[in-house]
Amino acid sequence: MIHVTTTINGDETEFVCDPRETLLDVLRDRLSLTGAKEGCGTGDCGACSVTVDGTVVCSCLVLGAEAEGKEIGTVEGIATGEDLHPIQQKFLDHAALQCGICTPGILVATKALLEKHPDPTETQVRYWLAGNLCRCTGYDKIIRAVMDAAKDMRSAA
Amino acid sequence: MQYQAPDSFDAAVTLLNAEQGMARVLAGGTDVLVQLRAGTVEPDLIVDIKRIPGVHDITAEDGGWRIGAAVSGVELNAHADLCADWPGVAEAHDLIGSTQVQGRATLTGNLCTASPAADSVPAMVAAGATARVQGSNGTRDVAVEAVGTGPFKVSLAQGEVITSIFLPARGANGGDAYLRFIPRTEMDIAVVGAAVSLTLDGDKVASARVSLGAVAPTVLLVEGAANAIIGTSLDDAAMDKLAATASAACNPISDKRGTVEFRTKIAGVLAKRAAKIAYDRAKG
Amino acid sequence: MAFDEAKKDFNLIGTRPARPDGIDKVTGRAQFGADKAAPGQLHAAILRSPHAHARIKSIDTSAAEKAKGVKGIVTRADFATGLKGEMWNKLENVMAGEKALYDGHAIAAVAATSALAAKDALKLIKVDFEVLDHVTNVDESMKDGAPVIREGAAGPSTPEGMHPNVVGFYSSGHGDVDAGFADADLVIEDTFTTEATHQGYIEPHACLAQMGKDGKGEVWCCTQGHFNVAKVCGHLLGTEASQIRVTASEIGGGFGGKTEVFIEPVALALAKKTNRPVKLVMSRSEVFRASGPTASASMDIKIGMKKDGTMTAGRGVFRLQGGAFPGAPGTFTAMCAFAPYALENVSQEAYDVMTNRPKQAAYRAPGSPMAAFAVESVVDELCNQLGLDPIEVRLKNASREGSKASFGINWPRIGLVECLEAAKAHPHYSTAIPENGGRGVSCGFWFNHGGETAVSLALAEDGTVSLSVGTPDIGGSRASMCMMAAEELGIKYDDIRTTIADTATLGYNEISHGSRVTYASGLATIEAARDTIKKLCKRAAAKWGIDEDAVYWEDGFAKPSGPNAGEFEPMSLAKIASKMGATGGPIVGHYEATPEGAGVSFAVHIVDAEVDKETGSTSVGRYTVIQDAGKAIHPSYVEGQFQGGAAQGIGWALNEEYIYGEDGRLQNAGFLDYRIPVASDLPMIDTVIVEVPNPGHPYGVRGVGETSICPPLAAIANAVSNAAGVRMKSLPMSPPRILKALDEA
Repeated sequence: MIHVTTTINGDETEFVCDPRETLLDVLRDRLSLTGAKEGCGTGDCGACSVTVDGTVVCSCLVLGAEAEGKEIGTVEGIATGEDLHPIQQKFLDHAALQCGICTPGILVATKALLEKHPDPTETQVRYWLAGNLCRCTGYDKIIRAVMDAAKDMRSAA
Repeated sequence: MQYQAPDSFDAAVTLLNAEQGMARVLAGGTDVLVQLRAGTVEPDLIVDIKRIPGVHDITAEDGGWRIGAAVSGVELNAHADLCADWPGVAEAHDLIGSTQVQGRATLTGNLCTASPAADSVPAMVAAGATARVQGSNGTRDVAVEAVGTGPFKVSLAQGEVITSIFLPARGANGGDAYLRFIPRTEMDIAVVGAAVSLTLDGDKVASARVSLGAVAPTVLLVEGAANAIIGTSLDDAAMDKLAATASAACNPISDKRGTVEFRTKIAGVLAKRAAKIAYDRAKG
Repeated sequence: MAFDEAKKDFNLIGTRPARPDGIDKVTGRAQFGADKAAPGQLHAAILRSPHAHARIKSIDTSAAEKAKGVKGIVTRADFATGLKGEMWNKLENVMAGEKALYDGHAIAAVAATSALAAKDALKLIKVDFEVLDHVTNVDESMKDGAPVIREGAAGPSTPEGMHPNVVGFYSSGHGDVDAGFADADLVIEDTFTTEATHQGYIEPHACLAQMGKDGKGEVWCCTQGHFNVAKVCGHLLGTEASQIRVTASEIGGGFGGKTEVFIEPVALALAKKTNRPVKLVMSRSEVFRASGPTASASMDIKIGMKKDGTMTAGRGVFRLQGGAFPGAPGTFTAMCAFAPYALENVSQEAYDVMTNRPKQAAYRAPGSPMAAFAVESVVDELCNQLGLDPIEVRLKNASREGSKASFGINWPRIGLVECLEAAKAHPHYSTAIPENGGRGVSCGFWFNHGGETAVSLALAEDGTVSLSVGTPDIGGSRASMCMMAAEELGIKYDDIRTTIADTATLGYNEISHGSRVTYASGLATIEAARDTIKKLCKRAAAKWGIDEDAVYWEDGFAKPSGPNAGEFEPMSLAKIASKMGATGGPIVGHYEATPEGAGVSFAVHIVDAEVDKETGSTSVGRYTVIQDAGKAIHPSYVEGQFQGGAAQGIGWALNEEYIYGEDGRLQNAGFLDYRIPVASDLPMIDTVIVEVPNPGHPYGVRGVGETSICPPLAAIANAVSNAAGVRMKSLPMSPPRILKALDEA
C-alpha cells in the first residue's frame, strides 16, 4: 500500500491505496467523493473528469499514487458553499441534463474550458467536450448551456 | 505491483534493470492504465518518470526542439514557436483522444506503445524526428521510425527508456501536415493516418518525407511516395502518383475499424490531402 | 378510460421550471447505482465465458476460495431450481447452466474484501469448456445445419419445419396484396439489414445487496423497474418478491436496457452466502458483452405505388436476431412497419431467431426503428423514381383517425397528419439542399404503454406535499410529476417533493418503459391529487358545517359554493393541512390502476447530410424533429427526448454496431470502438412539439420517449442515399460500407 498526501478541492487529504488503484477508485471508494463517475474506466467517456493542477484529465487514467503533492479538483468543489457556479445554474436553466450521470464530468471539463477560452465558438465547445459522452441529450441543450454560461461569465468579468 | 517515481533517469534505468519481472514506464499513462484495467498487461513494476526534472520541458536545440518525455499534448500545443515550426506534429498529437487525454498523453508514450495506428508517430517520422534513449550503457539517438518493430513491439533493450524526442530545425520554405481518417469527428483510433513534410524551392517540392499509419504492422516511411512529388508543384499527375504509391505501400489488415480495401484507398486520398496542406504551409 | 375533455387552461403545465433533483445532479451529490456503500461491504466480480458457445463440463473454484480476501463464490448451483418458462430464461441468462451461450455469459461470481481481490480471484477459477460450433448471424442461424442454441425453445406460434433456432412467428394484414401490386405503376422490392446496437447508457449496471439469515433481502440498484427486480430476484433465489425490498438509485440512462435484470440476483446470492453486504458493478466491457443490445434485423420489403403517389400495397418479412433466448421484438417490428400508412392491402410477418449473442433487451421503441428504416427507404426510392415530393406522398397515404391500421385496429385520434403538415411548413423543408448533400425524410411510429401504477400523495402540516411514485425517473419525470400535482392542487411547484418510493412502501408499479411514466404515473398523480382535494374539501365542509358537496376546489383553496358562496373565507391547502391532526388526522390521497389509454405517437424527421465521396464519410448538417406529444408537460424535457432519440438514431444509422469475429467474440466491447455520437459529430437538433391531445389522459399526454428513435435511421439513410446517389440498404452506413456501395454503383 502507498501513502499519499494531496489536496482535494482545497483541502489537504491523506489516503493509502494499492498501487493499482486509480485516482478515480481512490476518490470514490476511499474518500467517498462519488461525484466523479466511472462510465468506462478507459478514458473514453469523460464521466470521471477531474482537474490535476488545473488540467482536466480522466481520473480513471491516473494512478492514485500519482496524486502525491498535486492539487485535485472535482465536481464537489465547483460550487462555493451554497452558491452554484454559473455553469451549474445554466445546466439547470437549460435542462441540459436528463439522467445526470455525465453531468459532473461535463461541468468539470466546461469549467476548465471557460477558464482557458472565455469566448468559445460552438465548434470549439463541441470539440472540447468530445471526450464527454452524453447518451441522453443529443448535446444540444448542453452546448446551449455552455455558450450561455460563457456569455454571462464574460459580462460578469 | 510496485509503483516508483524516481527523480532521475539514472535511477529509472537502475530500477528497470533491477526488475526481474515485467516493468512498464509510465509517462502520460493513457495507454498503460487502459492495459492495466483490461488485464492485458500485468506489470510487477511501474516506473513513473513524471517527477524527473526536465521531463516537462521543451527547449530549443540546434534550430530544432527537444521535447521532454512527459510533455503532454496540452503542454506541446501551448508552445507557439514549436507549433509554428511543426504544425503537423502538433496537430497529430492533438488528435489523440479527448481534451482529458491531452492533459496526459505524450509523444514518447505514443511512440513506445508502438501501435501502428499511433497518430503522432507518422508526423514525427515525416518530420525526421529522433528519440534519445538512455540505458545502462549510456545514451543514444535513434530515428523515430526505428523504434517500433511491430504492433506493440519496440527496439528498446531491457532497461532502456526514452528521455526526449528531438524535432530537427524546420528550415526555410518547409511545411508539414498530418491527417487521419476516423469514422467520427473525435475519439477514434486512426483507421488510416498520413503525414507529409516537405520543403520548397520556388514552386517545386525540393525534399519530402511521407509517412503512413495504420496500414502496416509498423508506421511506414514511404520513399516512393515522397519521390512522386519531389520536383513537382503537386500537379494532378504528381498527386495521382503520390496516391498510387502510398496505396501500393500499404499492407493493412481488415478489422473492426476498416477493411484492407478501405485502408488502401484512403491512404492515397489522405496522402494527397496532407501533401496539399503541407505545400500550402511551406508557401506560407 | 377516456377523458372526454382534456384540460386546457393551465398555470404550470407547459412552463419550464428547474428539475427538483437538479442541484444534487450538478453538485455531485446525487447517488447513482455505484455510489452507495454499506458498512462491511464486500466487492464482487463475475467470471464470464470467453466462448460464444460451449458446454461447461466442470467448474473448479477451490483455488479461488483460498485466495486472499475471498469470502464467497457462487455458481448456478447457488440459485433456484425447478424454474420454468420466462423465469428459467432469466436465470439461465443471469448465470449459465449447462452451456455458455454467448461471449460474456456469466459462469461464476466471487465476493472479496476489495474489487481488486475479487478480480484477481476470477483468474483462479478453472472452467473446463467443451467448445461448440456457434452462430451469430440471423440469416445463417435459420439455415439447415446451423448450430442449435437450444432444442425445444420454440413457442407455439412457430411454423412447423423451421430450424429450432426460430422460436417465434407473427403475421397480420388485410386486403389482397398481390392485387394491390398488380394495380401499381411502380413496385419496388428490396432487402435491408441492421446491426445490433447497444442502448449505451453511460452508467454501467451496479447494485448493493444484503441478505441475512432471516431471508429478508435489500437491494439498491440502478434500474428502470425496481418492482420487477424484486420479482425476478425472488424467483431466481427461490423466495418471494415480498422478501426483497428494492430501492431504485438515481439511474444513469437506461433506454430500455435497464428493464432487464442481470447482476442483482448474483449480488444477493453472494450476500446470502457470505452474510455481508455485496457491491457488484459491471465494467463497460461487461455492459457491452453481457447486457442486452437491441436485436439485429434482416428485412424484405415490397411496396407498390401509383404515379400520383397512392400506395397500393405493402408487404414486409422481418427476421430478427435476439441473442440466445426467445424474445426478439419481431412482432413490434411487423406492427410498426406500415403503421404510418392507410393501406388497403398490407401483409407483414416476423420471425424471432436465436443466435449465440447476449439476450437482446428493449431499446427505445423496440423493433420499430429498423422497420421504419426498411419501409421508409423503399417509400423514398418510390418517390425518387416517380418524381414525387416525399412529404406529399406521406400525407396522401397517411394514417388518420378512423383509418384502418396495418395491424388491424381502427385508429383513434392520432397526430400523424399534423406532424406531416408541420414538417411541410417548417423552414428546414423549404431551404435549399446543400451542394454535395442530400435530404432525408421519414415517419416513425410507436404504440406507448400504460401499465400497473400506484401513487401516494401525503400532505405535511406546513402545506407542502410529498408525492411517492413507483416509476424510476429516467429523464426528468419528477419535474413533470411535481408540475401535475401542483397544477391540480393549485399550490407552488416547489411545494411538491416527488420521491421514487421503494418496493416495500408503495403498491406494485410496472417498469419505466413504453414511454409510460408521464402518461401513467402522471395520470395517477393527477387522480391522487383529485382524491386529496376531495378530502381537503371534506375538512373544509366540516369546519364550515356545510355539506361536502357544497365545497369546491379552485386555485389552491376550498371554497363554498351554491347558497353558501361568499359565506365563508376560502381555506387554503396550507391552512387545512396545518389543522389536519385535530380535524381527522393525516390527509393522504392515492390512486392505483392499470391505465389503458396510452395514446400512440407519430413523428416526422427531416435531415440534411453530406457525404465525402472519396472517403465515405458522412456529416449530418441540419436536423429537425417533429413529433406529437399530446400535451407537453415540461417542454424542455419533451424536447430533450426528441433530441436524444434523434442522436441515438444518428449513431445507429452511421457508426454503431456489434462486431463479432469469426470466433464469435465481440470485437468492440468499449466506447472506443462502439462509436456513439460525440458532441462534435452532431448539429443542434431543432424540435417542433405537435400537440394532438390523447383522450386517454386528463391533460392529453402521449408518451414521447420512444417515438423519437423511430424515424432517424430511415431519415439519415434517405439523406445519405440521396447525397451519395446510391441506395444504402445496410446499417450502419459506416465509411467503408458507403465507399464500397459507391465503388459498386
